[in-house]
Amino acid sequence: MRPKLELLDQPFLDRILNEAFQLIENPGVRVAPYVFDLLAAAGVPVKDGIAHIPENVARGALASVPREFFLYDHAGHAAVHYGGDNVHFDPGSSCLNILDPETQKARPALSNDLVRMVQVAEMLPQYAAQSTAMVCSDVPPEMGDWYRLLLVLWHSSKPVVTGAFSGPTLRIMLELLAIESGGVAALKQKPRAVFDVCPSPPLNWSEFASENIVELARAGVPAEIVSMPLAGATAPVTLAGSVVQHAAECISGIVLHQLASAGAPIVWGAAPAIFDMRTGKTPMGAVETAMLDMACAQVGKYLGVPTHGYLVAGDGKFIDAQTEMESGISAVLGALAGINMISGAGMLDFLACHSIEKLVIDAEAIASAQRLLEGIRPRTDTLATAMFAKTGLQGDFLTLKETRALFRSEQHFPSDVIDRGTETLSGDILSRAQDRVRQLLAAYQQPDINPALQDALLACAGRHARTAGLDRMPAFSRPEPALRG
Amino acid sequence: MSEKLFTAMRQAVIDGAPETAAALAREALESGVPPLEAISNGFVPGMHQVGEQFGKGQMFLPDMMAAAEAMRAAMAILDPELRKVGAERPTLGTVVLGTTKGDIHEIGKILVGTLLAAHGFRVHDLGADVPGEKFALKARELHADIVGVSALLTTTMKNQRGVVEAIDRAGLRPRVKVIVGGAPVTRRWAEEIGADGYAKDAMSAVALAQALMSAKPETVAAESL
Repeated sequence: MRPKLELLDQPFLDRILNEAFQLIENPGVRVAPYVFDLLAAAGVPVKDGIAHIPENVARGALASVPREFFLYDHAGHAAVHYGGDNVHFDPGSSCLNILDPETQKARPALSNDLVRMVQVAEMLPQYAAQSTAMVCSDVPPEMGDWYRLLLVLWHSSKPVVTGAFSGPTLRIMLELLAIESGGVAALKQKPRAVFDVCPSPPLNWSEFASENIVELARAGVPAEIVSMPLAGATAPVTLAGSVVQHAAECISGIVLHQLASAGAPIVWGAAPAIFDMRTGKTPMGAVETAMLDMACAQVGKYLGVPTHGYLVAGDGKFIDAQTEMESGISAVLGALAGINMISGAGMLDFLACHSIEKLVIDAEAIASAQRLLEGIRPRTDTLATAMFAKTGLQGDFLTLKETRALFRSEQHFPSDVIDRGTETLSGDILSRAQDRVRQLLAAYQQPDINPALQDALLACAGRHARTAGLDRMPAFSRPEPALRG
Repeated sequence: MSEKLFTAMRQAVIDGAPETAAALAREALESGVPPLEAISNGFVPGMHQVGEQFGKGQMFLPDMMAAAEAMRAAMAILDPELRKVGAERPTLGTVVLGTTKGDIHEIGKILVGTLLAAHGFRVHDLGADVPGEKFALKARELHADIVGVSALLTTTMKNQRGVVEAIDRAGLRPRVKVIVGGAPVTRRWAEEIGADGYAKDAMSAVALAQALMSAKPETVAAESL
């Protein structure tokens, strides 16, 4: 059996959904004018910018959501399976700062930092997908969204968890992805990316969130609703109450999405947190935050919608015991909850900072969580008696052929980031992580992107970069980084 | 008699009991206690005690919000009486607050406003999605000492610069200090846009505002206070 941890029983799930359906009708959900007509056509009353969504409309939308879908890598292979209890991890996203690799002090992230993080994540099998992890401070803010996607496409072959902060940048990102996939239809058929779309708590689909979720549905590119209730501040203080609000925000988003294009792929995503009543901070490493993620995902699973959560992030300002304890615990809890995509690795300081060194340490926690998910299996005809028949009470199991045949399946072997007593290892975990980053970067190879595709991507990027007032793009490894086309 | 009343007022604030606080304010007026005395000897010491307890980790943000609500309820009774006699509650300064243009998030800013008011500042909250010019107009109208600008999103944080520029254009600086805060905001950002201070959380914002009112002309970082 596969290990699984659930926090809610069925009556509790039904109660949560019952209240969520009540909320989306009354008080309703604030929406932008962009979706007024869409809702009106479906018979959803909108008064003073507030949609009052009847349960039957919501249930209709939920019924048309695909229960599973795939994200594809650069070569067109299915690489991420959203649905069921499949679990994948990706680095945290859209972070402003990075722990400088040399000083280990936070500073604004640069394009080269994102490239290094993408390269490291590319080399780590624990990360099934990349994320557009950092906001690059060396490019104009209005092109930040699509520029970091371009950098990821340039340096990775993995699927991408991304997002846009405005309608215009979403369109540019979809344009880049369509070029990469070989056209709009190809992108829809084999999407490389999923887009986070965030309602504003409580129960508010802002102008750009309303527009983005509808545009993604029409493009057939997967959307990931990332609802962010902050328990006690922008959501009820009780975990149960926040889970209700989360469900209401997700269901209302699904209504907008499925009304725009029934059957388009969408994810029941979450980045909830408790609101610390001493500091006003939103600790991502708190166990209650992990519990919210688990419960939110369980509600999504109950409805048959693919799921996402935000975990594996710690709140310390540095790579220290607290940061890694929190990250490791939440990695395990998220995996046991069977969340399809778990974002957040590499992040610390309440999501205010990213760290490449932390990303490699987190990969070890994730590997342990992944091993845990494999569970304990009966790999031999008898569990122990046949082996005892061979070795008797002498107990010389090391020489048994079963040992040699099965130890690789039974045991996970961590990298040298983890101290298992190897004599040659020295230094603390940070220095071992720094060594590991250096090794991974040295071994990294850029994916094989054919020159015609490179030209097409650069031409598109160049056009939009010039519009934003930039005549050169930083962090490109291409010999001629000056813009063309 | 007054001492007993002052003790009850202090306790009403500590308990976060607005109805009790309002009733005690009325009782003070009926008993002939001067409103300024009721404020200074009754309600304000209660707020100070809450602040101290908060600082020690023995009271929490909801307690602080409730205490501020009790304080507001009492002031709603006492302020009109003060004005009748041509007096005003002494304030530490006037603060205009708002969330920057394009940003609808208010929770952090409301918290800051509540705590500033509870600590003796006169606070005018412009709400969310506020353009720079509106900050400048209100600051001029109220002769504000401080303008506080909040932003939750990385995309709206940049509009804090617009507020600094609007206050500059209106010729209000250096008399009016601009302070910034919000999840993505850093001291470095505050310095970059020419703000007068940055606070990492609501309590730090109070300390920052107090420090600015002590006429420190240079950029002040609440982290180091």
